[in-house]
Amino acid sequence: MPSAPLSIASAGAALRSGETTAVELLAAVMSRAEMTESELHCYLNLDREGAMAAARQADEELDREEDRGPLHGIPVAVKDNMCTRGLETTCSSKILAGYRPPYDATAVARLREAGAVIVGKTNLDEFAMGSSTENSAYGPTRNPWDTGRVPGGSSGGSAAAVAAGSAIAALGSDTGGSIRQPASLCGVVGLKPTYGLVSRYGLVAFASSLDQIGPLTRTVRDAALLLSAVAGHDPADATSYAGPVPDFAGSLDRGVDGLRLGVVKELRGDGYQPEVSQATEQMLNKLAARGAEVMEVSLPLFDVALSAYYLIAPAECSANLARFDGMRYGLSVKGPTASATMSETRAEGFGPEVIRRVLLGTYALSAGYFDAFYGQAQRVRSLLQTEFEEAYRKVDALVSPTSPTTAFRLGERTQDPLTMYRSDICTIPSNLSGHPAVSVPIGLDSLGLPIGFQVMAPALGERLMMAVAAEVERLAGFDAVPPPAMSPPPGAPL
Amino acid sequence: MPIDVDVAHVANLARLALSPDLLDRYREELGVILDHASRVQEVDTSAALPLGHPLGQTNVFRADEVRPSLHRDEVLEMAPESRDGFFVTSPALD
Amino acid sequence: MIGIEVHVELDTDSKMFCGCRVSFGDPPNTHVCPVCLALPGSLPVPNRKAVERIIRLGLALNCRVNPGSVFHRKNYYYADLPKNYQISQFDVPVCVDGWLDVESEESRFRVGIERVHMEEDTGKSVHVGEGGRIHSAAETLVDFNRAGTPLVEVVSRPDLQSAADARTYAQELRAVVVETGVSDARMERGSIRFDANVSIRPEGSPKLGMKVEIKNMNSFRSLEKAIRSEIDRQTALVRAGERVVMETRHWDEEGEVTHGMRTKEGSSDYRYFTEPDLVPMVFDGSWVERARSLLPELPALRRDRYRGMGVKPAAARVLASSDPQLRSLFEDAVECGADAVAAGNWVTGEVTASLRRRDASPEDVPLRGHQIADLTRMVGEGRVSAGAAREVLEGVMDGEGSPSEVAAARNLLQLSDRTALEEVVEEVMAANPEAVERYRAGEGKVRGYLVGQVMRATSGRADPRAVNEILSTRL
Repeated sequence: MPSAPLSIASAGAALRSGETTAVELLAAVMSRAEMTESELHCYLNLDREGAMAAARQADEELDREEDRGPLHGIPVAVKDNMCTRGLETTCSSKILAGYRPPYDATAVARLREAGAVIVGKTNLDEFAMGSSTENSAYGPTRNPWDTGRVPGGSSGGSAAAVAAGSAIAALGSDTGGSIRQPASLCGVVGLKPTYGLVSRYGLVAFASSLDQIGPLTRTVRDAALLLSAVAGHDPADATSYAGPVPDFAGSLDRGVDGLRLGVVKELRGDGYQPEVSQATEQMLNKLAARGAEVMEVSLPLFDVALSAYYLIAPAECSANLARFDGMRYGLSVKGPTASATMSETRAEGFGPEVIRRVLLGTYALSAGYFDAFYGQAQRVRSLLQTEFEEAYRKVDALVSPTSPTTAFRLGERTQDPLTMYRSDICTIPSNLSGHPAVSVPIGLDSLGLPIGFQVMAPALGERLMMAVAAEVERLAGFDAVPPPAMSPPPGAPL
Repeated sequence: MPIDVDVAHVANLARLALSPDLLDRYREELGVILDHASRVQEVDTSAALPLGHPLGQTNVFRADEVRPSLHRDEVLEMAPESRDGFFVTSPALD
Repeated sequence: MIGIEVHVELDTDSKMFCGCRVSFGDPPNTHVCPVCLALPGSLPVPNRKAVERIIRLGLALNCRVNPGSVFHRKNYYYADLPKNYQISQFDVPVCVDGWLDVESEESRFRVGIERVHMEEDTGKSVHVGEGGRIHSAAETLVDFNRAGTPLVEVVSRPDLQSAADARTYAQELRAVVVETGVSDARMERGSIRFDANVSIRPEGSPKLGMKVEIKNMNSFRSLEKAIRSEIDRQTALVRAGERVVMETRHWDEEGEVTHGMRTKEGSSDYRYFTEPDLVPMVFDGSWVERARSLLPELPALRRDRYRGMGVKPAAARVLASSDPQLRSLFEDAVECGADAVAAGNWVTGEVTASLRRRDASPEDVPLRGHQIADLTRMVGEGRVSAGAAREVLEGVMDGEGSPSEVAAARNLLQLSDRTALEEVVEEVMAANPEAVERYRAGEGKVRGYLVGQVMRATSGRADPRAVNEILSTRL
């Protein structure tokens, strides 16, 4: 049996050359999962039967020369806040324990149409609220680079699975950095597309105006391939972009020559782990050496973006999570009245971080406080968008670290919500503006933990953003580095 | 300075039955977070434009066409309690 | 002062935000999907037709269509509200600032319309056990078939002065709703429902009392009664020196009183915010103008037109808001030469009554305009009596032929042929010599007896006027 190739592109080539089959690819990924899951806990649910059936079908189709494209036969993991028909979808919450959706999320349906083999559902911070995957009702996921550390979050399960090789690629969702920050902490590529590019239908909403589904992959090319499979207009999502989807993979070899890259002044300096800052500066020098014009750009509102985010996202979540009330599905703790049933169910079913944000958001929207909190946060958001637009008149893309630090220890920030919230300081602005951003691994710190580099671009600027990201990837030469804390899969190319 | 939040009232609005201990804990945490969040109030937002869809999309509608509904058995299978085709709950008084 | 909020379910095939069928009376929970059940991950997409209809209604109510409009989330928890928020509108509704001209027997007045906005209906709760009363229910059964039905809320300004005016306004509004085709507004199905805001001002006092909202009125009658009962309640409180508190009260149809609703403190904090799952609506001039050009004639204008045709005000009022089939029957009759007053009376009177007797709907009215025209002409020319004409109408409606055919076949034509009548009079006089003698002796009331005998001899077909004339000459 061949080993699991590490990228969509290389696995696809092996499939088509007859070197391997979808069933073998799946078996390799599953055996990798068997080996690592007890320690990492990337998955809430491995769909062995469903995945095997899909892999068989993929092989049969390839035998008949029916090729669905780059994802055909590729084992992909899906974050457990995306609905999968008949397959338990919990959002890592007790309140949805045992819940089997009667429909597939659009992104999931598109994965299936593209021939992908869905391996299972990955762990996350409950309802995607968190930056460490410690807020999962089913236990945390651990970082493959150091199992004493967090994988980041909220898509920590997806990031760790790709890093550990228990999936070739994965879908995550990003509301304030939930794809990019774990990608950075796990040493993989994570991309948040322009708001509206990927349908949110079937993604269990955290903050509707910020949520986007995106890829977590080993390479920038893989991110382009996976994004291409799931992006595009969906009539079931009124916020879905109705225009044509660009050819994301078409610009990867463009390089950065002549591009103007803006280093965000507010995302450097104090408060950043020195090794993160150094690695970032080195990458900037290399990009300049490749012909990029690197300049510092100031976006002063980045300093209050975090504050605005922690009003807007909780406000939306307070309404989005109102439907979990023990009436129609999920956990139900029966009380003497319907109202009591709701209150008991919710108090019992939600974890502390979810309750914290629901309370925060309810307060920010409530009579007498709306204008000073939620209303003002939305106005700041609007100004931030203007600030971004002005910056993009001067530069083609903005760059920064993805996370101020590398992976932190389990439990290190759980007692202090504000410190935890600051983990997303670099990623939040792109969610508030709806712009795309990607994290690319560029090296390791002295503890051997991955460092991520973020490229941000204007709305629908994914092609240019990926051109920069691909150059960063080439310059860093990181894509072949395996997780050292884990024993590599037998025979895997290193 | 931490903001003083009437957590019991907020918890009631949000239908969360929290013990007095938990209410105290959340009051403290929310006070600190809101103090940080209230930094948005320092921004002069008089020039802010109304927010819309980031790509400027407007007028997204669907045609008035009937699509298949879910099968009732599938729907009620998810329900904590059901009878005669209805969802059943404790009396909804308020 | 009274303001009315009217909820109307729009007549669409599918729901407001999903493709489930809008239905009534089907088995519970058979028209539900991830969207209207608020399953995790589902998203709303608005029904274009519903939006077009609200614009149509707004224009019919003389409103301004906002150039842009957005949906908001109205947050409150209730067992039959699946998302525990209702998608509604807050500060930028589709239509604002209109009016409706209303007319009753006593008065004509204009009611300001503050706003017309779009929202979605809730599911239906049935409270069961221990008498079925809400406060003693053992459990609640919920059916989500209705959840997500497109709903329009029309909010009037507090321009109404009495319970009767409120009723007249509600009736006029329903007529506009039906006329514009946005809803069939069937009361018995709850597809039009009323809430009222009532506040009283003690005589001579410039200060208005606290506003009380009363909910749950499903008919014009209960709307009027509920408001009357609330005015009485508030008046009694003020007279007793007590204060009216701002609250929401529930109309109890059976007990015919309003009850204060058990409301938790702060439960009316709806925490409105812009619905992030939906994008703004933009109504450019061409959209609005197209909608305006498609508006039908509305009851108020039609009343004026009918009056201009000579129809009496009361009949014009009834006719203007009657069913389209009856109106075209009237208009066709006039076109065929019928006298407008008479045709109006026929259509609003006998035709309507006969349909009711037959338990038939106006859609199936078995009459044509020219038949009404013939009938009115026959009465006008004295060929049939007013009483006989009603029978002729029945015959025509039974499909027995044209009015003259029916009159002939049923022997209902009036005897106005002088010679024939004279013969009958002679016969009656001959048969009643005593009566003739007494009349001639000055006993005037005997004349009536003789007329009666003539009518009897002609089976009532004799023209009484002619009989009297002949008798006068003979006696």
